[in-house]
Amino acid sequence: MSLEILMGQVVVGLINGSFYALLSLGFAVIFGLLGIINVAQGTFYMLGAFGSWMLLNYAGIGYWPALILSPLIAGAVGVVLEKTLIARVYKLEHIYGLLLTYGLMMFIQGMFVYWFATAGRPYPVPLELRGGFDLGILFLPKYRGWVVVASVFFCFATWFAIEKTSLGRTLRAATENPQLTRAFGINVPALLTFGFGAGVALAGFAGVLAAPIYSVSPLMGGELVITVFAVVVVGGMGSILSAIVTGLSLGVVEGLTKVFYPPGANMVIFVIMFIVLLIKPAGLFGRER
Amino acid sequence: MSDSAQQNGSCLKIADLHGLYGDSHVLQGVSLQIARGEVVTIIGRNGAGKTTTLRAIMGLLDKRSGSINVWGREVIADPPERIAKLGVGYVPEERGIYATLDVTENLLLPPRVGEGGMALEEIFKLFPNLRERRRSQGTRLSGGEQQMLAIARVLRTGARLFLLDEPTEGLAPVIVQQIRQAIELMKQDGYTILLVEQNFRFAQRLADRHYVMERGRIVDMIARADVASQSARIQAYLGI
Ligand SMILES: Nc1ncnc2c1ncn2[C@@H]1O[C@H](COP(=O)(O)OP(=O)(O)OP(=O)(O)O)[C@@H](O)[C@H]1O
Ligand SMILES: [Mg+2]
Repeated sequence: MSLEILMGQVVVGLINGSFYALLSLGFAVIFGLLGIINVAQGTFYMLGAFGSWMLLNYAGIGYWPALILSPLIAGAVGVVLEKTLIARVYKLEHIYGLLLTYGLMMFIQGMFVYWFATAGRPYPVPLELRGGFDLGILFLPKYRGWVVVASVFFCFATWFAIEKTSLGRTLRAATENPQLTRAFGINVPALLTFGFGAGVALAGFAGVLAAPIYSVSPLMGGELVITVFAVVVVGGMGSILSAIVTGLSLGVVEGLTKVFYPPGANMVIFVIMFIVLLIKPAGLFGRER
Repeated sequence: MSDSAQQNGSCLKIADLHGLYGDSHVLQGVSLQIARGEVVTIIGRNGAGKTTTLRAIMGLLDKRSGSINVWGREVIADPPERIAKLGVGYVPEERGIYATLDVTENLLLPPRVGEGGMALEEIFKLFPNLRERRRSQGTRLSGGEQQMLAIARVLRTGARLFLLDEPTEGLAPVIVQQIRQAIELMKQDGYTILLVEQNFRFAQRLADRHYVMERGRIVDMIARADVASQSARIQAYLGI
């Protein structure tokens, strides 16, 4: 087998893995902070992608501004949803959050299918990132390299913000003991709103990155979120670093499976999830509760 | 010292406070008053409602009614963060040290709520153990160190009214000594302190007055000057 094919699939795997990492990271932030199992994470990813598509086609706003604007818009939608709906289920069991976000997903996705139908819409690769690098063993399109670099950078920036800054310190405290944290004068409800908005914006950012690679379609998130769910289960709920590492590595594993046993590529992540659940139900990096 | 309570105006005034956990009616009309700069204790047997009273003052009890006045402001319906912002520092019975934060992060977590909080240096001078362990995970500390951290954490914020819930519970005598020094220092600096304490020997050396709590009510008040003559009565209240 040729090295080129192998390396090519590693790159494809890294790209898919970048999206898994970004989405499961947003998922981990939201679950850790709010205790909400956010099934709609894939929908917010789709919103991010559609946001950039609409900015381009309706307002003539290109990729680079959209990379900032579209996640902000998605985040703002998240903030409104948190204030009006999500905040009402914090005191209930996890299943209510899951059902609520599932309903949101069906609703938002349904509206987009109604307006735009299910066919994919192309989004052009920005001029600066057309072409590619000939690395000898493989040809790496610039845009794909950019996706991996941007995702990994954003993942670690998020990790840094949570572990090393004063905002992150406050978020961790609010996650661990919300009531006491309020008793120190910290507005935890506002922090939860912010946390949800940030998790949604991360998904939106992934969506903008994805738009030029996969076509923009109302269903793009629904398919992805199932895989992301498996990634989260494999890594263990709630840990930031495990979301990043598991996301990237399962992407690569999936890519390699495509080389060695193509029919298994679509299910390898689920097989791994099955095995992990048998051996370590809390996930590879998860702690038993 | 109830004279001075009138002179200085009260810092904390609670009237007919009721509080519930679910259906269980724990606080049954608590009334008490503390003047600026006073150190006052609440004593009483296990389950009397002392911790619940502090939680109600902090806004942490969902079902509460009556009146809680902090520096002239009614806070009975306010959320915890707004009450803390008035300059109230809370040291909970369970200490509430965060496992996901190291010692320095625990110290730096509470935002400033008033002027003139202690600098980190002063805090480390008061509790040298904390300086040595400043990089440790919060919950890796010994019980005594966690208690020091819980007190130190609110000393930084510039709060002027402190609610301390059994700060000496289960601690070795040397550490109790250190915590006493800290509270004495706070008293000298003019902080107002509401102290819940089972260790009456500890409480009696610090406090200006003692409120006695029984079954969710304040049933008696003993001034510092009367403690010696009333020791039989106090022992009966505490069930010693
Ligand atoms: N979370 C809770 N849910 C239900 N009941 C509670 C809860 N916390 C305390 N109680 C009950 O409320 C009553 C008062 O408890 P509280 O903790 O205020 O007592 P305390 O005076 O602080 O006692 P101790 O000296 O043991 O700390 C007790 O009967 C207790 O069982
Ligand atoms: Mg108690």
